[in-house]
Amino acid sequence: MSAMQNIKRIVLFELAKGFWLTFSYMFRRKVTLNYPYEKGPLSPRFRGEHALRRYPNGEERCIACKLCEAICPAQAITIEAEPRADGSRRTTRYDIDMTKCIYCGLCQEACPVDAIVEGPNFEYSAETHEELLYNKERLLANGDRWEAELAANLASDAPYR
Amino acid sequence: MIDFLTTYGLPLLILIAKIVAIIVPLLVAIAYLTYAERKVMAAMQMRKGPNVVGPLGLLQPIADGVKLLGKETIIPSGADMVLFLGAPMLTFFLALCAWAVIPFSDGVVLADINVGILYLFAISSLGVYGIIVAGWASNSKYSFLGAMRSAAQMVSYEVSIGLVIITVLLYVGSLNLSKIVEAQSHGWFVFSFLFPMFIVFFISALAETNRHPFDLPEGESELVGGFNTEYSSMAFALFFLGEYGNMILLSATTTILFLGGWLAPFNIEPVLGIPDALWGFIWFALKICFCLFVFLWTRATLPRYRYDQLMRIGWKFFLPLSLLWVVLTAGYLVAFDKLPK
Repeated sequence: MSAMQNIKRIVLFELAKGFWLTFSYMFRRKVTLNYPYEKGPLSPRFRGEHALRRYPNGEERCIACKLCEAICPAQAITIEAEPRADGSRRTTRYDIDMTKCIYCGLCQEACPVDAIVEGPNFEYSAETHEELLYNKERLLANGDRWEAELAANLASDAPYR
Repeated sequence: MIDFLTTYGLPLLILIAKIVAIIVPLLVAIAYLTYAERKVMAAMQMRKGPNVVGPLGLLQPIADGVKLLGKETIIPSGADMVLFLGAPMLTFFLALCAWAVIPFSDGVVLADINVGILYLFAISSLGVYGIIVAGWASNSKYSFLGAMRSAAQMVSYEVSIGLVIITVLLYVGSLNLSKIVEAQSHGWFVFSFLFPMFIVFFISALAETNRHPFDLPEGESELVGGFNTEYSSMAFALFFLGEYGNMILLSATTTILFLGGWLAPFNIEPVLGIPDALWGFIWFALKICFCLFVFLWTRATLPRYRYDQLMRIGWKFFLPLSLLWVVLTAGYLVAFDKLPK
């Protein structure tokens, strides 16, 4: 070790440099977001709360192909289906256990008709387990509520799919 | 009866009033030290820190305290109940009772004893007991390892702290804390031959209070929470208050030994419309705040040392250096005939 290095060690040169750095950071602009009032930007690919979408004429998109149920690695999706009165195949039951879901997004990638999607909403905490066992009504209601954002996100991400 | 009251009752009441006048502001200072710590660290990490509870988050320490009080005290099965609950009380008690000899301003001191610095040293040495008893009584390996580390660390650094104090005492010629401050009226010891000892003392103080970068006793990555792993609720709060109380105490000790206690820097004259008698308190408080800021600043800057590095600094660097400085200081004082009369 050179003499210069020894002198630097004894006068705690490196420590002083580090201290100066943290001190100078004290006066930098804060990067904190005031969360409930300010939120960060979300990617169109953000995978939040699920929703079942409808066609513009009000017909539900889901055709009960059960690809999402099959691909779901957490086995969070349960589907039962039978033909409807008009002969089209529809689900009678579409449940997602949101406490099992790992938000991997495979269900929306598997879906051939863009029916099940993960939307931009991430603020759906609940106080009981039961509130997070979503059924078909809840998922369709989510779809109706978030349709504008969902459609915009899908459209902006479409060129990359 | 009247005689009895005037000879014993009244002095007792005055004494209690004095103690309350010291302890209540001290507890408030401890509470707001935790707030200051979070704010300073946040600023250095470009965050905002607590800002929701009350204006600027100023009620946060109170909310924290109330939360801790509301928690359940969990006593682990197999723990020695008496020692388990006694240890935090001891730590807290020792952190408070050292303040008896601290002079806050010229002549403002609860017990102006001639062995003040020895008393301080004795009390801070006893602090090890609170920790080691807590570690043993918890009946948990994490607590015990944390306590062993803490005890070894505090004992090691007390050796160099003792020698640093000796260099100061050579300059002063008295163990009385007020005399130590008065001896600095012609220049603080930090701006003298003793400057390296100030650094050694401050770093040892960090180790003594188990603060960053020497907070190995509570190295959460390997020891969960160190000696207070098993503590909750009020027992934990007492340890916490004790730790922060010790920080303030060692800042006060640093101020008295090296930064001229209540003396104004460079003997400048107070200007604002505040009576002269108050300036002693103000300077003393400002200097303590400065030391505490450096404590927090260190925490925000330095990573944790490894245990062998910690011991190496203590025994192989600080101990020889402070021993050398005792000899050098004594030689300097004798050679230039500057020994205190």
